Amino acid sequence: MTVAVVILLDGVLYAAVLFLVAAGLTLVYGVMRILNIAHGSLYALGAYAGTSLVLVYLKTGGPAPLMYLALLAGAVVAGAIAGPLVERLLLRPIYGREEVVQLLVTYSLFLILEDVMKLLWGVDPYYVAKPYAFLGTVTIAGVRYAWYQLLLIAVALATGVLVSLAIRGTRLGRMIVAVTADREISATLGINVGRVYTLAFTAGAILAGLGGALVAPLISVAPGMSVEAIVLAFAVVVIGGLGSLEGAALGALIVGITRAAAVQLFPEIELATVYLIMVAVLLFRPRGLFGEWETRRI
Amino acid sequence: MQTASFRTSAKCLLALLALAGVVGGAMGLAGPPWAEAQAKPAELKIGIVSFLSGPATVFGVPSKNAAEWLIEKYNREGGIGGVKIRPVYADEAGGAEKQVAEFRRLVLDEKVDLVIGYISSADCLAVAPVAEELRMLTVLFDCGTNRIFEDSKYKYVFRTKAHQVLDSVAAAKYVLSVKPNVKTIAGINQDYAWGRDSWESFRRAMLKLKPDVQVVAELWPKLLAGEYSAEISRLLVAKPDVIHSSFWNGDIIGLVKQGAPRGLFSQSLVVLTAGEHMLQDVGKDMPEGVVIGARGDHWFLHNANDPLHKEFVDGYRARYGRYPIYPSYHMYQAVAGVKAAYEKAMKAAGGAWPSLDQAIKAFEGIEYRVPPGRTMTIRGDHNGIEPAIMGLTKHDPKYPFAILDRMMVFPAAEVNPPLGVKSNDWIDSWKK
Amino acid sequence: MGDPENMRGGKALPLVAAAVFGAAPLVLPGWVTFLLTLAVAKSVMVLAIALLLRGGLVSFGHGMFFAAGAYTVGMAMKWGGMREAVVLTFLGVLAAAAAAALLGLLIARYRGIFFAMLNMAISMVVYAVLLKLYWVTGGTDGIGIRTPTILGVIPERESLRLVMYYFTLVMTLPAFYAVHRFWTSPLGFALRAVRDNEVRVEYMGTSVARVIYAAYVLSGALGGLAGILTGFSVGHIVPDLAYWTTSGEFVFVAVLGGPASIPGPLVGSIAFEFLKSYAYKYAAFTWQMTLGVTMLAIILFMPGGLWTIYEGLARQGRQWRLSWKRTG
Repeated sequence: MTVAVVILLDGVLYAAVLFLVAAGLTLVYGVMRILNIAHGSLYALGAYAGTSLVLVYLKTGGPAPLMYLALLAGAVVAGAIAGPLVERLLLRPIYGREEVVQLLVTYSLFLILEDVMKLLWGVDPYYVAKPYAFLGTVTIAGVRYAWYQLLLIAVALATGVLVSLAIRGTRLGRMIVAVTADREISATLGINVGRVYTLAFTAGAILAGLGGALVAPLISVAPGMSVEAIVLAFAVVVIGGLGSLEGAALGALIVGITRAAAVQLFPEIELATVYLIMVAVLLFRPRGLFGEWETRRI
Repeated sequence: MQTASFRTSAKCLLALLALAGVVGGAMGLAGPPWAEAQAKPAELKIGIVSFLSGPATVFGVPSKNAAEWLIEKYNREGGIGGVKIRPVYADEAGGAEKQVAEFRRLVLDEKVDLVIGYISSADCLAVAPVAEELRMLTVLFDCGTNRIFEDSKYKYVFRTKAHQVLDSVAAAKYVLSVKPNVKTIAGINQDYAWGRDSWESFRRAMLKLKPDVQVVAELWPKLLAGEYSAEISRLLVAKPDVIHSSFWNGDIIGLVKQGAPRGLFSQSLVVLTAGEHMLQDVGKDMPEGVVIGARGDHWFLHNANDPLHKEFVDGYRARYGRYPIYPSYHMYQAVAGVKAAYEKAMKAAGGAWPSLDQAIKAFEGIEYRVPPGRTMTIRGDHNGIEPAIMGLTKHDPKYPFAILDRMMVFPAAEVNPPLGVKSNDWIDSWKK
Repeated sequence: MGDPENMRGGKALPLVAAAVFGAAPLVLPGWVTFLLTLAVAKSVMVLAIALLLRGGLVSFGHGMFFAAGAYTVGMAMKWGGMREAVVLTFLGVLAAAAAAALLGLLIARYRGIFFAMLNMAISMVVYAVLLKLYWVTGGTDGIGIRTPTILGVIPERESLRLVMYYFTLVMTLPAFYAVHRFWTSPLGFALRAVRDNEVRVEYMGTSVARVIYAAYVLSGALGGLAGILTGFSVGHIVPDLAYWTTSGEFVFVAVLGGPASIPGPLVGSIAFEFLKSYAYKYAAFTWQMTLGVTMLAIILFMPGGLWTIYEGLARQGRQWRLSWKRTG
């Protein structure tokens, strides 16, 4: 019984992290049909920015709970700056080019951002322990968990719900849906497609940064975070279906719970679980669990 | 047609290949120029390779610092037999293949006289055969794999430190002295060669020393995974008496950050066999009562008053702002070993600068003094042996980080396999 | 862009190239020869990627074929005691081709992003397997590849590098030839057509899946050959060969050299190998950025890669010659 609860809880926790990272990726793809290999770098950027801001804030000696605001602020600012920059400078010139070209451009971006982060923050690991330990712990099924972990799950859930509502309920959201469905018609309807693209990409960048910033208190932030993150994000997005937010959530849950189960029951297989699930889904349902087939114009 | 021109070019190529074979054979007949003693060189150029970028800079930069400091000291004192040392630093990043190419570049392009380096076991294993091929004296200073000299014999390659078996055996012995009633153990190690080897040695040693011990969990998170919530939960459920981990750098930080608030370190006795290098980074967040290994006896407070040790610690700290950690000590052992070998060979050659063969002969079996104030021995199999220190973390108001309490120093003979015996065979042969 | 141009002016080029490559190690310093050996070996993999690129497909997972070839040889040497280079090469290429034949059955159905990602995912599984089967593959410690015998002869220590260079060169010739034959065959033309509009190709009666499958198997075999030749020269193989960033590097080189021809991959590979060496030495923190910016520049301004410089010059040269003939 304990084991089942532990698997569920750890699985959902890991899924929360995965979802935050993958949500931005799938959003960007859904709107712009670009698979951003540099998405992992935006995740790392949020982690660095959030950690730095918290460290700066802690030095000022203000009230401790506000450090969480600093964490979030770092992520949002990083995404809000990087997003429009990248979209305007790099992605604008290549809309309409082949998928292959777009992949290569985002791959170049990944290489560039890796070194940008090294230049800005150096190679030593950054870490800040306070946000994780500050909220204390709670015992569930005989095992102690940190409140921060549960907070993370709540934030991921809230984010997913908010983004979903925003897309369905707000005017901007409906414009995004329109542009996703058909770019040309949306343009003829008077929607500023360029602006929608910029906003969508920035939202994706902020989501990625948020994921990074929220994970940062758990780990030490160092170069190389993005390489792992991008593979995981791809796996989740592919499992769930490119472009589908619900798919990303479900994909994250599947990967998270399977990995937690592996750690509890069969640790040897942990390394390969994500990739195996990805391959299995691609074999049996290539468009993903909630994905849709792309129609191609001849 | 295109086909014809390809055939022609193939013929051309075969002709050239034959020509090259003849030329190459002719070159091979001339003897090697490095067998006899030579005149003193203007300077001794040493290639020094360690991680200057990537996650292992936590080892690479302190070792480079130590090299810098020590070489400057030696040069101030006149160099090696009057010959000044000129270091050429190179980055170990990029993987085994890149390092093989870099090694060749250092030897053939930079024309170094010898190479000191390598932290990653894969790099050590890749570079050693190349060192043999190019006949370049190579001193491995930090890699831990026991495979290097157990699986092959090398003439030109030395290692001035003990290998990973030392960490795990010392850990097992220390654990049993601190917690003699251990019943259950678990391991959380990074899923790659280092983690596998470390756990294997520890497990074997524990089971040999106390056969009724049970292994309740073996966890293998990916190297640099960073997020260990599920693993920690598993360990909290399994409740082992002792947890072994060979984690390093950011992974230690992750384990401490995520595990300490959840009570991992109070529930079990956690052993971090490589923990010494992270004490200054984790600072006051380090829980007390954690077993720490120093991969040898490299603890800055051990034998603090020994003049050689004091000079090193104070000098390093004054220049780099931190206390030296074990990679720094390992580099010291390497550079000092080279100096000792060359000086011993010079004495045997009556004051003349030694040839490479003479230097190698001097290196085998050499003994020389290193911090923290003891003798370093390089055995006939070209491997070094060291004593080991283990201790428990304890916070001290004098330092902004945890220091070691209840230290035990294990003599080298107790934690290193005897000459010619493979590590696993040695552990298996223990009587107790 | 043209292959017709390649064929017309191209008679002299292979001869010149053969002479240059044949004579190179006799005039170049030792470690440059080593880099050149690596560059030539890896150019075969770049060729494989370029082949797929010309079909409109990019794979971020071809490192797995590189690893398949290298590890087949490594394991055959370690556990099977084999040492003959030619036999080992043959074995390794066969293994890589078999792997590609098996995987191609699944992968040839995909295009675009899915093709890229599926290759990446499978290569990561291969990486995990190589890493995990520690007691068999040596895990991250890798496998050391001792000097092989070449046609039964053990190379002398002094001439080893020279011998490995020529061995590599000779072994890459069939690769270039095979790609050339493929490219000028109906399958090759169909591959170009698939890139433009595969639906029309289907309507014409050609099976697109078969075309892509053939190209994939060829590319897998080439990747394996590259891994074997590189392994012989470096002397050590590690699971990282199958990691997606290794595959990404090959993609980069393909774009750098220019996928639109056969010499492009060779030029790109050599340029990259030397660029990497010197960039590492001088700019450890910014070398990835340099790569990224270079790649962007090429994609945006010179999509044909470095080879277009040569093609541009060659075209100029032809025009000058024609104008002489007309006026002279």
